Amino acid sequence: MIRFDGVTKRYADGTVAVDDLTLEIPSGQITVLVGPSGCGKTTSLRMINRMIDTTSGTISIDGDDIRKKDPSDLRRGIGYVIQHAGLFPHRTIVDNIATVPYLLGWDKKKARATAMELMERVGLDTKMAKRYPFQLSGGQQQRVGVARALAADPPIMLMDEPFSAVDPIVRKSLQDEFLRLQSEVQKTIAFVTHDIDEAVKLGHRIAVFQVGGTLAQHATPDELLANPAEGFVKEFLGGEKGLKRLRFNRELEDTADDEVQAAER
Amino acid sequence: MNLTDQITAAWNWLTASSHWSGGDGIPHRLLEHLGYSALALAIAAVIALPLGALVGHTGRGGFIVVSFANLARAVPTLGLLLLVVTVTSIGLTPVIIPLIALAMPPILVNTYEGIRAVDADIKDAAKGMGMKGPGVLLKAEIPVAIPLILLGLRTAAIQVVATATIAAYAGIGGLGRYIVDGLARKDYPSVVGGSVLVVLLAVVVQLVFIGIRRAFVSQGLRGSSRTS
Amino acid sequence: MTAVADGEPLIRWNWIGDHTDELTTLTLHHLKLALLPILFGLIIAIPLGIMCVRWRWLYPPTLGVANVLYGVPSLALFMLFIPYFGIGSGGQADFTIILPLTLFSLSVLVPNVVDGLRSVPEPVRQAATAMGFGTLRRLVQVELPIAVPVVIAGARVATVASISLVSVGVLIGNGGLGQEFIDGYSRDFTTPIIVSCVLIILLALFSDGVLVTAQRLLTPWARTRRSNG
Ligand SMILES: Nc1ncnc2c1ncn2[C@@H]1O[C@H](COP(=O)(O)OP(=O)(O)OP(=O)(O)O)[C@@H](O)[C@H]1O
Ligand SMILES: [Mg+2]
Repeated sequence: MIRFDGVTKRYADGTVAVDDLTLEIPSGQITVLVGPSGCGKTTSLRMINRMIDTTSGTISIDGDDIRKKDPSDLRRGIGYVIQHAGLFPHRTIVDNIATVPYLLGWDKKKARATAMELMERVGLDTKMAKRYPFQLSGGQQQRVGVARALAADPPIMLMDEPFSAVDPIVRKSLQDEFLRLQSEVQKTIAFVTHDIDEAVKLGHRIAVFQVGGTLAQHATPDELLANPAEGFVKEFLGGEKGLKRLRFNRELEDTADDEVQAAER
Repeated sequence: MNLTDQITAAWNWLTASSHWSGGDGIPHRLLEHLGYSALALAIAAVIALPLGALVGHTGRGGFIVVSFANLARAVPTLGLLLLVVTVTSIGLTPVIIPLIALAMPPILVNTYEGIRAVDADIKDAAKGMGMKGPGVLLKAEIPVAIPLILLGLRTAAIQVVATATIAAYAGIGGLGRYIVDGLARKDYPSVVGGSVLVVLLAVVVQLVFIGIRRAFVSQGLRGSSRTS
Repeated sequence: MTAVADGEPLIRWNWIGDHTDELTTLTLHHLKLALLPILFGLIIAIPLGIMCVRWRWLYPPTLGVANVLYGVPSLALFMLFIPYFGIGSGGQADFTIILPLTLFSLSVLVPNVVDGLRSVPEPVRQAATAMGFGTLRRLVQVELPIAVPVVIAGARVATVASISLVSVGVLIGNGGLGQEFIDGYSRDFTTPIIVSCVLIILLALFSDGVLVTAQRLLTPWARTRRSNG
């Protein structure tokens, strides 16, 4: 479990990006941080792996203050996926995926074998192993990014708008496979998006942020759709009309899931 | 003679009033130097700018242009100068020809690269607004490529100003006289003083180009990268 | 006045055959004078470029010095070192040529190293940090490798220029193949001038080819080959 306790981030120029945030991200589940641009989602995420230092308050992982650990050691135990994948252009796909295992000093053979296995798990043809990133499509690169974050089997994954730079069809298949994968690996995931549909689809819990870096509501998707907080949250969900659409879509998906399960029985 | 001595000697040489008048005076030599440099640069630009723009615009012959420019860069300027002097005679031609050869590659390559690199979207937009080939080139491609074109001209100008020093070998003047004659007479203050003048001239050329860039390049294009 | 006597051909082929030993010696010496500066230049430019990226304030003055150096006539630069290493060919006097050309090569290489390091996409840098790369490891394993194409592009420009500039050294008695320029010029004899010009061009093209090949082998990942504009 990741815990924010009264965390504030004030940048050097005085901008308060996160303001007195208290939030729990439970283990083995997906917590989505959602909100409009500039509300402090990325800042919150990066404070977890100490890419950004907190100004005040504490962040702890399973009860241990993250400031007690060496930043590099901490980061090697936390997977990180970003919008444009950030793959190393000079390394092949298999070596990109094996980056953290190499850093941890694994045997080269073992690291590569793990990487190949992960390629299959994220739906990539292992024939691509020896290619370079520029020879892959955007969606494929994003899959490599996810595989790379998973390579050393870290208990925690931080994902910052991982699927927002690809077209809607590819995004949907990435989301579906991501859910399937998560049901197998059960990581503790903090997932940032500004797309409320994605939040409702992926999250076990949703934390809605508002500009100024405060938490507006923290609930399960069903609670959020049933009882959105008046004012900002309701507006962010698109008002009555937007809520209707979101609820409708959610029922549609649930029915589809039930049908799949029924068919499987 | 150590560095401080060199500097004092050069300073004394530069500030001696006798060096500031007459046919061998600094103002006269400076004008000569500027004259050859400007002439060579102008001829090179008249040839290389349209050629580079045309090749960049049509996209044809790019490989040949770049290969030719690379070949031209490899030509030793002093060798070409002495060859032309030997074949023809002492005078303006042997000075100008190597300087043109020196100035063309950077102008040609930067113009070509600049025009070629103009975003396809910008070209399409220009065509979409009803512009024809030459219109696209003049109104869309050249304005966007200007930073790189200026860079090519700047590189060429600096190289020409520095290298015009060898004009003295073709028996005509320029600031190179102080260096070449000084060398022959073992008059080092003259050599160092002459070098300082050439360096100052190169710095002034840089500043002039920075000024042109400030004045004529739109703020939106300032980020344009540097090539050599 | 026409310097070359009537009926004298531009090039006398038998002269080449009679002077192969001399030409070989000069060529090898020329290569030494031209390429050592590139080697020294890289050894200095890489750490200097890294420092300029790390401490941003350092770059504008460095670039200013580089731009001024680029505009110094090579002959003037050679003069600066005569008091320390003397004139003539071989031994210590070679440094009168090698060190100024090292300075010249820096004026091209340092900006290229800086540009190369800055060409590393921000998401890549961040991903490296997030995966637990320390500053030094990130530099060596991620940033420098990604900078290689831009650095080599600079090395190509510097190398071709250096090979051409060495010949100016003949004016102070040490110019590799440039020696033949003066010999030919003083005897109104074009053959040595043409032959050594051609050899210099060939050396430049050959060295350029070696660098292009090195780049292809070192950076198979580079999406497009970069021209040396
Ligand atoms: N390095 C920085 N220095 C100063 N202010 C910053 C810095 N980084 C971010 N900010 C500011 O902090 C606020 C929160 O930024 P953050 O990147 O966390 O937002 P975000 O929710 O991720 O937005 P987006 O959806 O656009 O990615 C913004 O106002 C931003 O301008
Ligand atoms: Mg963000």
